[in-house]
Amino acid sequence: MTFENSILTLLTWLPVLGAAILLFTPKTALNAIRWIALATTIVVFVLSLALWQAFDASSAGFQFVVNMPWIGDSIGYRVGVDGISVLFVVLTALLMPAAVLASWDVEMRVKEYMIVFLVLETLMVGVFTTLDLAMFYVFFEGTLLPMFLIIGIWGGAQRIQAAYKFFFYTFVGSVLMLLAMMGMYWDAGTTDIVRLLGHDFPVGMQTWLWLAFFASLAVKMPMWPFHRWLPEAHVQAPTAGSVILAAILLKLGGYGFLRFSLPMFPDASAQFANFVFVLSVAAIILTSLVALVQTDIKKLIAYSSVAHMGFVTMGIFAGNALGIQGAMFQMISHGIVSGALFLCVGVIYDRMHTREISAYGGLVERMPQYAFAFMVFTMANVGLPGTSGFVGEFLTMIGVFQVNTWVAFGAAFGVIFSAGYALWLYRRVVFGALTKDSLKGILDLNLREKVVLYPLIVLTVVFGFYPAPILDTTAAAVDNLVAQYSAANGLDPAVAQAEARAPLEYVAPAEGAAQPADDHAAEPAAH
Amino acid sequence: MNSDVTDFASLAPAYPEVLMALGILVLLLLGVVINKERSALVSWLAVSLLAATGLLVMLQPADGVIFNGLFIADSFGRFMKVLVIGGAGLALILAMSNAEENGVHKYEYSVLALLATLGMMVMVSANDLMSLYVGLELQSLSLYVMAAIKRDDPRASEAGLKYFVLGALSSGLLLYGASLIYGFTGHTNLGEIVIAIANEGRSVGLIFGVVFLLAGVAFKISAVPFHMWTPDVYEGAPTPVTAFFAMAPKVAAMTLMIRLVMDTFAPITSDWQQIVIFLSIASMVLAAFAAIGQQSLKRLIAYSSIGHVGFALVGLSSGTQVGVEGVAIYMAIYVAMTVGLFACLLSFRTDTGYVETIDDLAGAAQTRPFVAAIMAILMFSLIGLPPLAGFFAKWHVFLAAIEANLYVLSVIGVLASAVSAFYYLRVVKVMFFDAPIKQFAAVPGELNIIMAASGFLVVTYYFTVGNPLASWAQTAAGSLF
Repeated sequence: MTFENSILTLLTWLPVLGAAILLFTPKTALNAIRWIALATTIVVFVLSLALWQAFDASSAGFQFVVNMPWIGDSIGYRVGVDGISVLFVVLTALLMPAAVLASWDVEMRVKEYMIVFLVLETLMVGVFTTLDLAMFYVFFEGTLLPMFLIIGIWGGAQRIQAAYKFFFYTFVGSVLMLLAMMGMYWDAGTTDIVRLLGHDFPVGMQTWLWLAFFASLAVKMPMWPFHRWLPEAHVQAPTAGSVILAAILLKLGGYGFLRFSLPMFPDASAQFANFVFVLSVAAIILTSLVALVQTDIKKLIAYSSVAHMGFVTMGIFAGNALGIQGAMFQMISHGIVSGALFLCVGVIYDRMHTREISAYGGLVERMPQYAFAFMVFTMANVGLPGTSGFVGEFLTMIGVFQVNTWVAFGAAFGVIFSAGYALWLYRRVVFGALTKDSLKGILDLNLREKVVLYPLIVLTVVFGFYPAPILDTTAAAVDNLVAQYSAANGLDPAVAQAEARAPLEYVAPAEGAAQPADDHAAEPAAH
Repeated sequence: MNSDVTDFASLAPAYPEVLMALGILVLLLLGVVINKERSALVSWLAVSLLAATGLLVMLQPADGVIFNGLFIADSFGRFMKVLVIGGAGLALILAMSNAEENGVHKYEYSVLALLATLGMMVMVSANDLMSLYVGLELQSLSLYVMAAIKRDDPRASEAGLKYFVLGALSSGLLLYGASLIYGFTGHTNLGEIVIAIANEGRSVGLIFGVVFLLAGVAFKISAVPFHMWTPDVYEGAPTPVTAFFAMAPKVAAMTLMIRLVMDTFAPITSDWQQIVIFLSIASMVLAAFAAIGQQSLKRLIAYSSIGHVGFALVGLSSGTQVGVEGVAIYMAIYVAMTVGLFACLLSFRTDTGYVETIDDLAGAAQTRPFVAAIMAILMFSLIGLPPLAGFFAKWHVFLAAIEANLYVLSVIGVLASAVSAFYYLRVVKVMFFDAPIKQFAAVPGELNIIMAASGFLVVTYYFTVGNPLASWAQTAAGSLF
């Protein structure tokens, strides 16, 4: 038992241990329950920071690896993280304490609530740390169970329909991925992801495997037009449920594309890249327009999530270092920003018990601190330079510009629309005259809400000006991925490699990228 | 022909059956002489006898073929026998609380259950069409009586009668198939039939025989289209009896199916595969859709069991060792889930009797949180949602199907499992999302223990039983090849 071989196991299963303690806590001891849950998530967060600290960013391979056979020949106990997964572990661990704090006022079935959330944390961390294909599916699909209960028990008025929709969209897509995984097992003879990454799947088989994975990941992401479950699930879920859903569960889709689709099925990925581009741009433009007309704050943010995930898929399938780095950054940033936005909605929902935009207005007069926090996250959502939201969108657009100019052109509309809906929302909720009687007694952020929101403000701004901690961590793994992907598709890996370091300089890629962009101008035709 | 059983030691492969048979006779006598008030003693002795037999099966493994080829003991049979005995024993324990109300308080019930179990053990070990039929009939006749044991209840009597009529029909089909096979191969011994088929090839008469034989067995595992009796019998019979039907007999009949197709009909794999694939698809799809409209909990469970037989047959369809391994694991997990499910069902009792419809469970999560939580876990597990045991069951069978390139079957199967999620989730929804309307009576202690054990195994499958079970199933399946 050393730090090296126990940290990931500890991180994954510690929340379940907390849940087990809660199981034996009397259900009337509400404060004890809340504090145990909070303490567990904070310990996990501290451990995740230790993991990030100990993580060697210069290596592209998996670290902290444990690999042993477990059930029969097919399923093993394998864990490890690389530059792509380590940050998601940290992100999950970061947002869980926030989710617990945001749920401090939940009065109904508190014990079950916290248990379900802690189990969910184990499953989410498990998705990112496991290196076994079957176990990936176990964790990936396992998240359905707690989330179904969270929406169904603690959700709003239409919660049952939302919970069912959430369950079935995801489940139907995922079972096809399960069959694809079995096919991969028989072709490669292992469920070890490390060995699968080095395995060449036959080109014809790749197409089917890619489609089966797409069926699952596109729903999870969600990509247009598979996103119909998301707005409802978000609207009906309790605040903490929305936070986790937007910040982490959606990222499982992007992580799946990066871990499986791109490196394991490179030929199929290249073949379907344009298909993904079309869906991504459609997501960015159409869902942004849909967001404009929403009257429910949560629904608006939910649609904006779909649009932002469009940038992620677009960046991933650009298949170059800039695009993938951008997609990674966008996912982390969106995790922080959208999580924070849902927390902001939760703040006013807790006070007014409505999410209708028209029920608000002029909040700045009574809630200046809230207005400030909400503004930072709104700007980050818009992609204002200086916030983390800008970096991801910008990098993905540069990345995709090298591959397909028209896609970048289309995606740019999303940036404009997002400014439209986000700022309009902000104006209607926060600015204007405080005319509604119901709002006259509304209180500003309390200590607990400040503790949750202020660190996220700091992160949003810091990563906006200094994205290096994230980009440095992912660089080596992304380089490796791009090299593999380019080699499989007959591109020159050296070109892709050369760009890999560029995004580490914050402004440099804007000028630096123009040059390679010309070289690649004819690329799309070759694909 | 001289017998190959010359002394007691040469009976070794059949020791468990001998022990069972002697024990049953003793219990029958005891039941007649003791006071009627104390028939619970017979139940406990019956459970002890099953436990002793189970231990004998596990601890004294003796492989061999005896009685001139009628009876075979191998590790595959032992695996299945443990499941059969375990399922039967647990069902008897389930029957103990409120036995009077369920009409299963008479000592005859325990004795009949033991006789049925003995029949199943013979089925599992049958190596000849004759012993196969004898075992099957010993089992079936006992089960018919058990279904109607609550004599004064018209529904139970109806269930018993229906079961008997349709069961007799299926036995007829099976016998007809057996006679055709005998006619076209000249043998009743399974080992000699396989040689005859391998030498002479397939003939139309033989295929006819195989179809009839498999139809008879399909009736016993209640695979579609031979499932019609299942919902009625499940609903009509007292719940503890239904629990008995849902576990051990399914395992025994499935074992018979596996032994027949994998061993005896191995030379004509492509022929029986078509039948099994059809049974599998029909069961999965029909059960998934038919269960959606059910209001009665027991009918829902009946359709659920039909569906699960369909999933188990997915593994068998592959015709490979991995597939047999998958079916063995599937049946083990199925028994573990089913016993918990029936324990939950028996725990939901109001002043007026057991709950009947799904809506009666409304808000159970608030009035009976423990039972509701276990029931929800089992529902999610029956859907096949990871990380619960039900997922690993599906993993093993579909893995075999994909290896055998049965893609269409697999896709239909997983989509059917998605449809089936709809009705399982409805139970969870009613229990957890709706407001309570009923007060439930206190739960007997042994049910709590069974529920806790079932829930524990289902949740911690990956850590606890997953690997031992898989390696044991591998050994078991290996003995067939």
